[in-house]
Parts: sequence; structure tokens; C-alpha cells
Amino acid sequence: MKVTSVMLVGVGGQGTILAADVLAKVAASTGLDVKLAEVHGMSQRGGSVDTIVRFGERVFSPTIDAGGADHLVSFELLEAARWLHYLKPGGRLVVNDRTIAPLPVLIGDEAAPTGLEAALAYEGAVLLDAEEIACKAGSPRSANVVLLGALSVGLPFPVSVWREVITARVPPKTIDGNLAAFELGRAACQEGECD
Amino acid sequence: MPALLSGNEAIAQGAWEAGVVVAAGYPGTPSTEILENLVRKVGVACEWAPNEKVALEVAIGASMAGARALATMKHVGLNVAADPLMTAAYTGVGGGLVIVVADDPGMHSSQNEQDSRRWGPFAKVVILEPSDSAEALEMTRAAFALSESLDMPVLVRTTTRMSHAKGLVESGQRLEADRTRYRTTRPKWVMMPGAAKVRRVDLDRRLARAKAASETCSFTIEELRDTSVGVVTAGVVHQYVREALPEASTLKLGMTFPLPEGSIRSFAASVGKLFVVEELDPYLLDAIRAMGVRVEQTSLPRIGELSPGAIAAAFGLDAPETREPLSDLPARPPMLCPGCPHRGVFQALREMNAIVTGDIGCYTLAALPPLGAMDSCVCMGASIGMAHGFGLAGGGPDDRPVVAVLGDSTFGHSGLAGVLNAVYNGGAETVVILDNRITAMTGHQDNPFTGRTLSGAAAPEVDIEAVVRSLGVTDVVTVNPNLFKPTEKALRLAAESDGLSVVIARAPCALLLKERPDPFSVEEDSCTACGACVRLGCPAISRDAASRAQIDIELCVGCRQCVQVCRYGAIVRSGRSCDVGMGA
Repeated sequence: MKVTSVMLVGVGGQGTILAADVLAKVAASTGLDVKLAEVHGMSQRGGSVDTIVRFGERVFSPTIDAGGADHLVSFELLEAARWLHYLKPGGRLVVNDRTIAPLPVLIGDEAAPTGLEAALAYEGAVLLDAEEIACKAGSPRSANVVLLGALSVGLPFPVSVWREVITARVPPKTIDGNLAAFELGRAACQEGECD
Repeated sequence: MPALLSGNEAIAQGAWEAGVVVAAGYPGTPSTEILENLVRKVGVACEWAPNEKVALEVAIGASMAGARALATMKHVGLNVAADPLMTAAYTGVGGGLVIVVADDPGMHSSQNEQDSRRWGPFAKVVILEPSDSAEALEMTRAAFALSESLDMPVLVRTTTRMSHAKGLVESGQRLEADRTRYRTTRPKWVMMPGAAKVRRVDLDRRLARAKAASETCSFTIEELRDTSVGVVTAGVVHQYVREALPEASTLKLGMTFPLPEGSIRSFAASVGKLFVVEELDPYLLDAIRAMGVRVEQTSLPRIGELSPGAIAAAFGLDAPETREPLSDLPARPPMLCPGCPHRGVFQALREMNAIVTGDIGCYTLAALPPLGAMDSCVCMGASIGMAHGFGLAGGGPDDRPVVAVLGDSTFGHSGLAGVLNAVYNGGAETVVILDNRITAMTGHQDNPFTGRTLSGAAAPEVDIEAVVRSLGVTDVVTVNPNLFKPTEKALRLAAESDGLSVVIARAPCALLLKERPDPFSVEEDSCTACGACVRLGCPAISRDAASRAQIDIELCVGCRQCVQVCRYGAIVRSGRSCDVGMGA
């Protein structure tokens, strides 16, 4: 089996690291070799963050280069655009249809980019509002798990394994909400909002 | 089933399996999680020290007492601990002494990207470099026995992509190492000139033994594939090489000081062209060339991180097809969090047009716009000495006040000596200690001022104000930086005084607060688009199409900071996001 690379990008504090950890553990549970690369520290304070999960028969590098991701999951529109060139041509793109203004835009030094949704849709993006879906599951905090649900539709892992790992990984009080968020993320794709 | 562990988790596991008894460190990305994981295991005394020098001294003392001991720090931390390191090489060890130093190529969260492998030949200590999590565990476990058999400290050097990458690891059982009983041995431990001269000669004998150990190091692995190209690598870079050049023969070095000259010569003789692929300095390259071994030239970058793609490019391979990157996207630098108590201090310092010598912590982000209220950041604790020097040099133009700003943990790390210097030499600067009750940037570690230890036990909550007064400062005041007006008043008074003043801005880190009040929102009709709230640099506040302020209620933590700067009463409480509907 060739190595599959999934890149999860977003803004520090959005829960990309937990999502990547869940994915890596799901892959490991099915007997695959797995590596995960993340960055802690200063960049987490509202900066652009990227996390990579790679799985297959044997994985060497924990990181990838531009054009190396089979799947790109972005927790935010602008970050999807920023990391788009990391996605292989023909790769799967899942994007949370939500903008968090970066500092230069917040303070009015730069204009907010326009037309991101259309540009990403043209690139084949699956767009969904993860926060709104997460609210239906009980809390906007589980938007990251909604996105995992949407990602899972494109990956070869059984739903039962996803559920087991999510149950083991999230705070006990939030298990039901997170499992519901995962199902709603999956359903959003299966209903045809996604591919 | 093997567990998915980060390099840091694997190092903690390896140290525990080796029977480590004492571990000390100071938080620093990317090393912090080693002790945070080790402290959860039984049988190890784990501590945060105020700085890396003390941490290493604690470990040396434990080693002297016969226990296996670990010290952990980031690359710049080892500069602070360099003094004990250099002489620990002379004394050697009792129980195995392992120092983990984590480099940050690419400076993800650091002020420089120095290459810690240089400590090997400089301090004359053994260096081991793991290449993935599984090896990090094995190598750390073996490092303690190696340290004992060679009578030398062993440095385990990692990088960000080693410490913060996760891989599958098989864990083992803890070895309860036999402790030797401490016996007074002054010629070994009392490094006065007479004894040090003897130990210096002995150090070379130990280094010769280490070099022999390097030749048989089980972590040095030669793999012959296509023998026309051979690559010498170490650490995570080895994984990049395997990915980028799958057919190339490799010599992966486990011990990168002393180098296994025989193994390198033998590998060089087995391959057509020999290359060295390494991150940062040409450390291996220079050493191997100095052996008289021919190494081919490459165009590998010497700055920042390597990647499989960078290596492939240096070897002239085609890059994969990529999509066109979208250009002209605004950057997304990190920012102070919503509700961050540091914001009130920097808002005031900006209003005062102060020259701010800064320090290392989340608050360094205040150098960025819109706060733009920091003029320097050099190293831990530098703010106070630099403010003093700036004052001695005549101070700022136009009577701009000079203010040193540093955090609580940074003050404990190396700020005390700066204050002592200012008192002793009659400095008139203003020092602001941002006491947010935690070591925040590295992910919320306790420190001497929080009242808790690394293990979560209650500790004396050292009173910063009392410490500052005991150092001889008389003008000391504590303010709540979340109250903007009193904070600015205190800072102005301190800056105007003729003597040394210390202002302690005390309020917990916003991320420590369990309660989250309802968010605020902007009443469109009342907002005049003056921008006062936008200039606070809060991630939740931006401008709408008409330049009026708008608040992202999902990000807002209800801290009231913006309410204090709005002269028009336009910022009012709102409901929570799930209640008022998303997607606005």
C-alpha cells in the first residue's frame, strides 16, 4: 500500500492537533504504520497552523512538501487557500466554510480576500459550515470532529474504529456530542453537499 | 499494539525504562513535553527548575549521588546551562547523566536556530541523535548505561520534527538500576585547578573510549542499496533522505560525537559518490572532510528546515506537479489571545510612546501591529539589563521613557540578577513584570510563583513583590492589567519617577479562566468607526465593510477590554453563538 498523506490546516486554537491525533490513531488501529507532524509553541497563538498525518505500509518522513497531500482538510477558508498548493492535483479538499480574519485584515492594513469560496469550489472543494453543524450536535467546539466526519468519507477506515478512537480521545463529558458531530459531518457529505 | 508517541513522549518513556530517578528542566519549545510526560510515571522525582542552569545542576547532583538523572531543555536553554555542562564533562558522572537538548530549525518558536551538535566537540560530551520516536525511546534508554560506562554526560539531541512528530513505539518495562553508594571522591568532583588538570587528561582517555563506542554503536546503521550514491545522515533527516532518495545507500549515524571514523571510511569506500545530508550547520560535512574523505558538493540550504522535497531538489530530481499557489493572501502571524491580560499593559505603553525592551514569552507578540509596543527581544531575562544599558547610553530621544517588560516565569529564570544590577548601579528604569500566574507560551507550566510544582503538588507561592523589594527596590506597585486606566496611571507614575520602579501587572492568563462570560457585540448605530477597539489587536475584533467594528462572538471571551476603550458605549453583551445562529 502506498503512503497516504493528510494535511490538516487552520488557525491556532481550532483543534487541528486533536483532529490529527484522532486520525493517526484510527490509522494505527487498522495495523498501518503512521507518522504525524505538528508544531507547538508560538504559532499556536492564533497563527496559521499545519498538521500532517501519513499512513501506509512503511512511512519515513513525518512531513511533506508542496504537491504531497492526498487530502487537505482546512478549518478555515483563507488557510485552505494558503495551503492549497500542498494538495496533489486530484486530491480531496474538505473546507470549513468560515473565515477568521488574520491580523493584517483585522486592523485594516490589508483587505479581506474575496472570492475564496468560488476559487476553492473551482479547485473541487467540499465546503461545509462545521460550526453550524457542530451547534446542531451540541457545541461549536466540536467543529473539528465534524470535519473529521467529512474527511472520513474519503478514507478507507470503518466508522466503528473512528467512533472508538473519538470516544477514547475526547473529554468524557463531550463524547456524545463529538460522536454526533462526527456523524453529522459524515452525513453532510453523504447527502450530496459534498462529493 | 504499539502506541503512537511523539519523540518527546518516547524520550520520557525511554528515560523511565532506564530507571531514571531524578529529572529536571525548564520549559522550552520543542522540549517541554518530555518532563510533562515523565512526571506521570512512578518512581521519578520530576521538577521544573527556574532555569536550565539550575536544572542541569540538579541532575548533576543526582548523578553524583549515584542516581540516573535527566535534564531537558531547548537549544537556547543549553546556552544558559553551558557553565555546568562544560565542567560536567571533566567530572564525569556517578549515575548515568543524560541531557536532552531540542533544536528548532526553521525557528517555529525560537529566537535563533543554533545547531546543538557543536556542543559535542566544544564541551567534549557524547551526542546521540534519534531519527524517529521508536529510536528515541531505545536511544534514551541506552544513553544512561552509556553515560555510566564512559563516565561522561550524554547529550540526546532532537529537533522540532523529531520531538513533535509522532510514530509507533513498543514500550517496555522499567529497569531498577543498581545504585552505587556515594563515596567522597574529591579528585573527581572538586574541579579546582589541580584536580581539573588531571581530569582534563582523563577526559581525552574517556573520549577515546567514546570514539570506540561510536564505531560499534547499534544506532549507527549502514544500508547498502544502489552503491553509486551513498548518503551520510542522522536524526529525522535520515527519514527525509529515505523518502527523497529511496535507492541511495545510507549510513545513518546514531552517535554524532565522537564520530565513527572507521564506519564512515568503510561506507565511503563502499559507494561511488559520497554525500552528506544534514540540517543547519555543515557539522558532519566539515568533520568528514577533515578526515580526508572526499564528499560531493550539494546545494542544500544551511538555513531553516530540510524536507524530502528540498533534498530531492538538491539532488536534481524533478519536483512533483503542484497546483498554482494562490498569491496575495494576507499573512496570519500569531496574536495575543482574546482576553489576554498583557494587552492592557501594551495599550498603555503605546499611549506613552515608551521604548520597550522586551523579553521571551507570549507578550513578545506585542511587538507586532497594531500594539507595536516592543522594541527588542534577545534572550530570557535580557529586558532588564538592556533597559539599564539603554538608560546609561543617554536614554531615549525626546524623553521617551525606557521600560523593560518580562513575564513571571522569565523573571524567575534570569530577571532577578537584572533587577539586582539596576539596584546596585542606581538604575532609574521602569520594569514591568507581567505576572499571568503561569508559564504560558510553552503551554501552561507551573513556576515558582504559581504555588504548584510540576507534579501538581502545592508549593510555596513565591511573592514577586516581596522578592523585588528584598532585592532593594522601594518603588513597587501591583496592578490589575485588565483595568486599563489604573494600569496606565501606574505605568506613567513609574516612568516619571527618578528612581528604579517595578510595576507588577497581575492577572491570570485568559486561557486559565474556566468561566466564559457571554460575548460582546457592537451596536452598529452607535459605532463611529474610530478604531480604538480595533487597535487593541484582539483576534475577535475586526472592521466591517463600512469600517465599523465587529466582534466575532465565537472568539470573544467577554473580557471587557474593548468596552473600556470605546467612548461611545457601542459594545454591548451578546448571546452565545449557538443561541444566536452562526454564519453571520
